[in-house]
Amino acid sequence: MNETRPTVYEELQAKGHSRRDFMKFCTFIGAALGLESTGIAQVVKALETKSRLPVVWLHFQECTCCSESFIRSSHPLVADVILDKISLDYTETLMAAAGHQAEATLKNTIEKYKGQYVLLVEGSIPTKEDGAYCCIGGKSSYDIFKEVSKDAKAIIAWGNCASAGCVQAANPNPTGATPIYKLAEGKTVINVQGCPPIAEVMAGVIVHILAFDRIPQLDSLGRPKAFYSSRVHDTCYRRPNYDAGLFVESWDDENAKKGYCLYKMGCRGPNTYNSCGVIKWNNGVSFPIQSGHPCIGCSEANFWDNGPFYKHLANFPGFGIESTADKVGIGLGAVTVAGIAAHAVVTNIRKRKEIMKGLRTTDNNIA
Amino acid sequence: MTQRIVVDPITRIEGHLRIEAEIKDGKIVDAFSSGTMVRGIEIILKGRDPRDAWAFVERVCGVCTTVHALASVRSVENALGMVIPPNADLIRNLMFCAQYMQDHVVHFYHLHALDWVDVVSALSADPQKTSDIAKSLSNWPKSSPGYFSDLQKRLKGFVESGQLGIFANGYWGHPAYKLPAEVNLIGVAHYLEALEWQKEIVKVHTIFGGKNPHPNYLVGGVPCAINLDGNNAINAERLAYVQKLLEDAKTFVNQVYIPDLVAVAKYYKSDWGAIGGGLKNYLAYGDLPLNGYNNPESFKFPRGIVMDRDLTKIIPVDASDPQQIQEFIAHSYYNYSDGNKTGKHPWAGETNLHYTGPKPPYDYLKVEEQYSWLKTPRWKGNPMEVGPLSRMLVGFAAGNKEIQEVVKWGLSALEAPVEALFSTLGRTAARGLETKLVADWGLEFFNSLITNIKNGDTRTANTEKWDPETWPAEAKGVGLTEAPRGALAHWIVIKDKKIDNYQLVVPSTWNASPRDMNGQRSAYEESLIGTPIADPEKPLEILRTIHSFDPCLACAVHLYDEKGTYLHQLHTF
Repeated sequence: MNETRPTVYEELQAKGHSRRDFMKFCTFIGAALGLESTGIAQVVKALETKSRLPVVWLHFQECTCCSESFIRSSHPLVADVILDKISLDYTETLMAAAGHQAEATLKNTIEKYKGQYVLLVEGSIPTKEDGAYCCIGGKSSYDIFKEVSKDAKAIIAWGNCASAGCVQAANPNPTGATPIYKLAEGKTVINVQGCPPIAEVMAGVIVHILAFDRIPQLDSLGRPKAFYSSRVHDTCYRRPNYDAGLFVESWDDENAKKGYCLYKMGCRGPNTYNSCGVIKWNNGVSFPIQSGHPCIGCSEANFWDNGPFYKHLANFPGFGIESTADKVGIGLGAVTVAGIAAHAVVTNIRKRKEIMKGLRTTDNNIA
Repeated sequence: MTQRIVVDPITRIEGHLRIEAEIKDGKIVDAFSSGTMVRGIEIILKGRDPRDAWAFVERVCGVCTTVHALASVRSVENALGMVIPPNADLIRNLMFCAQYMQDHVVHFYHLHALDWVDVVSALSADPQKTSDIAKSLSNWPKSSPGYFSDLQKRLKGFVESGQLGIFANGYWGHPAYKLPAEVNLIGVAHYLEALEWQKEIVKVHTIFGGKNPHPNYLVGGVPCAINLDGNNAINAERLAYVQKLLEDAKTFVNQVYIPDLVAVAKYYKSDWGAIGGGLKNYLAYGDLPLNGYNNPESFKFPRGIVMDRDLTKIIPVDASDPQQIQEFIAHSYYNYSDGNKTGKHPWAGETNLHYTGPKPPYDYLKVEEQYSWLKTPRWKGNPMEVGPLSRMLVGFAAGNKEIQEVVKWGLSALEAPVEALFSTLGRTAARGLETKLVADWGLEFFNSLITNIKNGDTRTANTEKWDPETWPAEAKGVGLTEAPRGALAHWIVIKDKKIDNYQLVVPSTWNASPRDMNGQRSAYEESLIGTPIADPEKPLEILRTIHSFDPCLACAVHLYDEKGTYLHQLHTF
């Protein structure tokens, strides 16, 4: 790191924050990352000795939902991130400068902090028509990416667009929309998946790099394990209903009002890796399934082409297959999967009875 | 001598926008607006399940998230003759109101304010004086001298670090900045507070739609069920949460946003209340139904057209009439099969994606030929402005009492004449005034929802026509709404249970499009004519007027088949 830049601790001191404030901040970050107290000590040390990280955020073929999600972060707060933790030197969404002043800022950062800045990319890169499908300042997005990624310390792909091409790469991909890992010439790209990713996941990845000076462990698809190592299905609070064979059969039916499993309405939870069931959305308020809509699988590559959303294709993980993963299954039943395929179903009869009994009690109360 | 200046990227917007302007004797004499990015979402839609379309088109824009989903489900419901339950309309209205408040507040503070507020000047503010001014503006509690002093210290440390981040290379010190240092400091304080607040109001989306950005919608209603005696649906706790969010939002709008808007506008009204008026025609589709989407006369925002700034007359608009709304391509990167001089109604839309611009990297666009990925929509051949100002003017002309009152209140608070509405500042003020209305309306819709539930109606979806087997062989529909940035419409053609054609004409297509074949400029270009430019190297004035429209240029999208024959078009911004 460049020694001429003040450390995060020094900057907080200069802003009138006490050592106590600083420790509080470190504990907060540690908690956000789920660390034990020994890990928090590591955060403290890291932030005492490190300066604000120069960060460049590029926008290509995208809808800006990733930027919008990022500013929803509750821990840390995004104002604190951009004022105290990183130096967000270029982002078309928020930066004051425009036109050639904006371009000059970008050039200045990548030259001055060569090898030290982190590159964040929102959006895919169109490779057809010499890149004319996405130009900024008269340059193609591909050319800009090549220039800026060359000397980046780390590269983060925000969201499904940059990680997998998202909606514009869906069949037949008219503009040749390409995820950035395919154009990064062998550099490691951290794919922070989702459309958009959860705010605290985005902030969490930045905090991880900042605190530990290394990128988080990634799965085989380049996604941080901290946030993408379990299926939505396995962390879903409605999972017991699935195990018990209790399903919503139609929108707003009695089963929907009771919060049964949305598998038959097309839920992609069984093949989607994300933190929606754990961290949830917007500071833990809810997530799609909790609010009655099936997961559409927005953190998986090509999810747009795995439709239609309200049906399961024959090869979709479902009944029977799940039984091998779910060791609690006891009895057997038979259910027809809506639409396409019928599978044998394993039902936890005991669990089903318990849930039904509980609900009957509720019904009695209503009566 | 005429000088050509280029502003690209236009920052603090959604999407990729480029402005080229010709300056003579310190004033803009001509301007060219170009959308420089296209994604092509439509081929992707063609042949898919119409019930899925909302999710695809919602990804058109993550800033005005939800609005495309709403227009989409309405287009399908309109095509199939579906009527949604009253609760579903109310919940959609609540999500609409939450979106407006979040979007407009973020626009004012995070996208537009730096055009008027000089961050560096805030460093020299006197905290005591700042506190006095803040207290004179509103009773918002965060206004003590200590609060502003701490903030100033934080800002000072930030600037002295030499790493200016998002504030680097701004036009600080530009002669067009006019606020006293103390008002600048209030602006910076509220910039940060608004950033923290905006993440709260969107929780209305999270409660009803599961997440934000991009909450879930449903053809035929809303996906969330209501069950007062269940813990897995909308119940008293969820409703109380929504109420709290709406009440807090109303407080923020009335105690922070509106007072700041009035305070800032007073310093700029003498010039910017007369600059940037542009077109004289205004279009609004209207929205926020009180009695269902099929009864536009019940909308809180009225539907209609004002021509030539004549507020005594309201002209009806019919989105289904092939003669009214048409799109032209004289200066866009497309071809029509029957020649490029005709206009096409969206149900019969056709597009041949055809890039004829310079090969990147380039210095200037070929503005005499084609220069944008946006098409040019016209109403009966006329260019129209859409957005908050159009909604307020159409509402005013339609005799809507609430809108008339808030507009009159705004003009008296600013001590400005009616003519000041037709300006850059008028556009920015109209956005604030409608937010004030929406903050009230959100709570009205909430109370109606409670009343409905109390009366025993908990329905949130109508599934009668969910099954495609119940659909006709062919159906056409249009879904109209008012996005925060203006009139938004989606047109759909359904054939054999699949999408045969799907097209959008979005607010920024109306406003940001290139001129038509008759040389008539669209709203952005027209509004820049005559704008004084103090320093061509630092064209702050261009940003002010363009930002007053709240640009949103996510993409210009086009449908074509696998053989490369381009068949259909959509523009989405």
